[in-house]
Amino acid sequence: MTILHIDHLSKRFGKFQALNDVSLSIKKGEIFGFIGPNGAGKSTTIRILLGILKPTSGSASIFGLDVWKESVEIHKRIAYVPGDANLWPNLTGGEVIDLFLKLRGSYNPQNKQELIEKFQLDPTKKCRTYSKGNRQKVALVAAFASDAELFILDEPTSGLDPLMERVFQECVLKAKAEGKSVLLSSHILSEVERLCDRVAIIRQGEIIESGSLDDMRHLTRTNLIVETIEPLNGIRGIHGVHEVKETEKGTSLQVDTEALNEVIKKVSTLGIIRLESTPPTLEDLFMRHYEGTGSDSR
Amino acid sequence: MSHKPFHQTGSLVKFYLRTDLFRILIWIFSITVLTLLTGWAFEDLYPSEIERLAIAETMKNPAMTAMVGPGYGLDHYTTGAMMAHQMLLFTAILAAVMTILLTARHTRGDEEDGRSEMIGSLPVGRLAPLTSVLIVIGFSQFLLAIALGTGLSVLGLDTSASFLYGAAVGGTGLFFAGMTALFAQLAESSRGTTGFAFLILGLSYIVRAVGDVSNESLSWFSPLGWTLKTEVYVNNFVTPLLLLIFGSIILTAAAFSLLFKRDLGTGMLPTKPGRRYAPQSLLSPLGLAFRLLRTSIIVWGFALMAIGASYGSVLGDLESFFASNDMLSNMVDPASGLTLTEQFVSMLMAIMSMMAAIPALMFFFKLKSEENKNRTENLYARAVSRQKVFMSYIAVAAIFGSFMMVIATVSLWGASVPVMDDPMSFSTVALSGVVYLPAIWVMIGLGALFTGLKPGITGIAWGYLIYSFLVVYLGGLLQLPEWPGKLSPFGHVPQIPGEEISYLSLLILTVIAAVLIVAGLKFYQSRDLSG
Ligand SMILES: Nc1ncnc2c1ncn2[C@@H]1O[C@H](COP(=O)(O)OP(=O)(O)O)[C@@H](O)[C@H]1O
Ligand SMILES: [Mg+2]
Repeated sequence: MTILHIDHLSKRFGKFQALNDVSLSIKKGEIFGFIGPNGAGKSTTIRILLGILKPTSGSASIFGLDVWKESVEIHKRIAYVPGDANLWPNLTGGEVIDLFLKLRGSYNPQNKQELIEKFQLDPTKKCRTYSKGNRQKVALVAAFASDAELFILDEPTSGLDPLMERVFQECVLKAKAEGKSVLLSSHILSEVERLCDRVAIIRQGEIIESGSLDDMRHLTRTNLIVETIEPLNGIRGIHGVHEVKETEKGTSLQVDTEALNEVIKKVSTLGIIRLESTPPTLEDLFMRHYEGTGSDSR
Repeated sequence: MSHKPFHQTGSLVKFYLRTDLFRILIWIFSITVLTLLTGWAFEDLYPSEIERLAIAETMKNPAMTAMVGPGYGLDHYTTGAMMAHQMLLFTAILAAVMTILLTARHTRGDEEDGRSEMIGSLPVGRLAPLTSVLIVIGFSQFLLAIALGTGLSVLGLDTSASFLYGAAVGGTGLFFAGMTALFAQLAESSRGTTGFAFLILGLSYIVRAVGDVSNESLSWFSPLGWTLKTEVYVNNFVTPLLLLIFGSIILTAAAFSLLFKRDLGTGMLPTKPGRRYAPQSLLSPLGLAFRLLRTSIIVWGFALMAIGASYGSVLGDLESFFASNDMLSNMVDPASGLTLTEQFVSMLMAIMSMMAAIPALMFFFKLKSEENKNRTENLYARAVSRQKVFMSYIAVAAIFGSFMMVIATVSLWGASVPVMDDPMSFSTVALSGVVYLPAIWVMIGLGALFTGLKPGITGIAWGYLIYSFLVVYLGGLLQLPEWPGKLSPFGHVPQIPGEEISYLSLLILTVIAAVLIVAGLKFYQSRDLSG
């Protein structure tokens, strides 16, 4: 069952095309990763989903309701965490959490208490005194204490220390176990790898890749480090072999998934001393896309 | 190191001077220029003895006394006496604010931000930082005193009295520097430190106000009372100045003894933990808007009350004052068959309503500043409609903007009753104030329209308010034609007493306000929000 559907969505700010023909959909019970570098258009997409920005063309719906026209109805059933929680300096964390939960709808006070403890937040302090991480925790507690069906998280862990990031990941997995859906925008790839069932990669306002992580791995290369008795000649000639480098440990190379068979056959004839392979990471995938079209921030 | 607690004080003095010299000079320059401009304006406005005595008459009332202090030498109201009466307290408070902010910044502020730790890790004595901060601040107050003394002498006022005036201001600054240094040891944060110091400053003002009005000896319990007890330019008493300086020495000594005992980063007054749960009253867009504006509402309420009371308190002597001042008597129409006072009241109401429009607009524009700070998305990402938030701010602005006008009107009446031989009736005064409410609502409506269209252009609403002020206030003064005033909502309000009340124009203004608000809302609902 599709819970969120984005259909040929475009958004311009004046002359600047922030989003161009973005389409994707999220099914019930899945954790969907939305990844891309800074300025790619993740937050813009999410703000359209929240009814804060109006699409220039195309449409989006959540629970089958239009995100612009029926935002209030939708928001009763979702929870949102921004990447940089801007809170009121004069209110305490506890007051803000209560306010957020009340404005959204119903929640479980027991959950709230547990989450405050888990995230080690002192709710009696004024938001003025909170660090960025602590402000983030306020938003996370308010989101996960709610009984939302869909969580929209926009780079939610920026500013959290690794321990708290772990707590965050537990919360997301627990939500998934309860049958809830999550849209997780991130540029922390390990987080996305650990949590997400499917991902979409956005770059300069366009979705350049989407699918399950397993699907995507077919598009990636395996990293090999090989040391052989006989010299590794001729390996460069094989179609699908890239980045061949001599290192202290041996020859390092990247192999397209389709060429793997041929490479291993060749290597095994040369007398293997050592063979290490690391699986393709999302990072490689990500980097490859940015390098491929070259012009971006990296 | 503990043997030489003041080690390296000299280098730290240079360091603080370098970081703060500019800030200090700006303060001294502003306070001095403000004082001299006022002195110069007094000379200019009231060049003759008769005019000065006329204004002195208007000063003889409890509201004035509470606000600026008792007038000394009112029967021989020289420019110097006027300065001491109307400016000294205000200037001394500015000096106190200056030293509170500067002292807190380099004591608890540095400690909070970890700069003290860095300085403490260098070979400097334990007491050296506080000593050098206070030396720099003492020096700044000395400079301020000299600047004021010299400037006022140059204006032609008595030289030694002018320097006493400067010293009274600087002495007040010193006293509050000592007070802040003490609180910097007691409180746990830099906000706490300035908070406590401002609280004492506020209490000093109130104790002095109550004392000056009811019981002179009570004023001796307030450092600001001491400032005024110098009776500069009239009696030139030095003892109160010595009290200020002596007080600042004692406070400083207390600060040092506490500093010697305590650990870096700790305080002695416990910080009260905030609320763990939100009160029910906060849990709605309206409750939130009110909570965010609460302090501002209170401060503006007091300000409008004071303005109303000070206008009201001069009404008693108005007729004699008008006779002596051509500029003001030009503003009222002798042919209308009303007393000068009655005509003047509706003029005052126009001015006060435009003053009340300032907080009204500011309260509404809080919505825009919340958007600029990306805090409205906290609401809109939840089940809250734009209409609800927008109308919450409209409600707060309309209710409390109106409240400001009402409070100014009521306190004008309240202050006028004891000073007038033939007091005006409450209903007349109330009506002449209340008729201005629709004009205030129109201003809110304009604010709403611009906020809906484009938050960047809200400045136009302020420009329009300034225009209204110029044409309605100066229009009377300069006898401009009627039409520029008719371009402002404030120019369409019936002037009571005097004119017939015109329900139609009030109704039209109200309808215009409503239309503007609805249009603003429609635009607001259909535009992108920045956050
Ligand atoms: N209100 C706006 N007006 C103009 N440009 C904007 C606005 N909001 C975002 N942008 C631009 O759109 C692009 C995408 O931004 P954003 O969605 O915040 O990226 P991400 O969240 O992926 O880092 C950026 O280049 C940003 O500068
Ligand atoms: Mg972003």
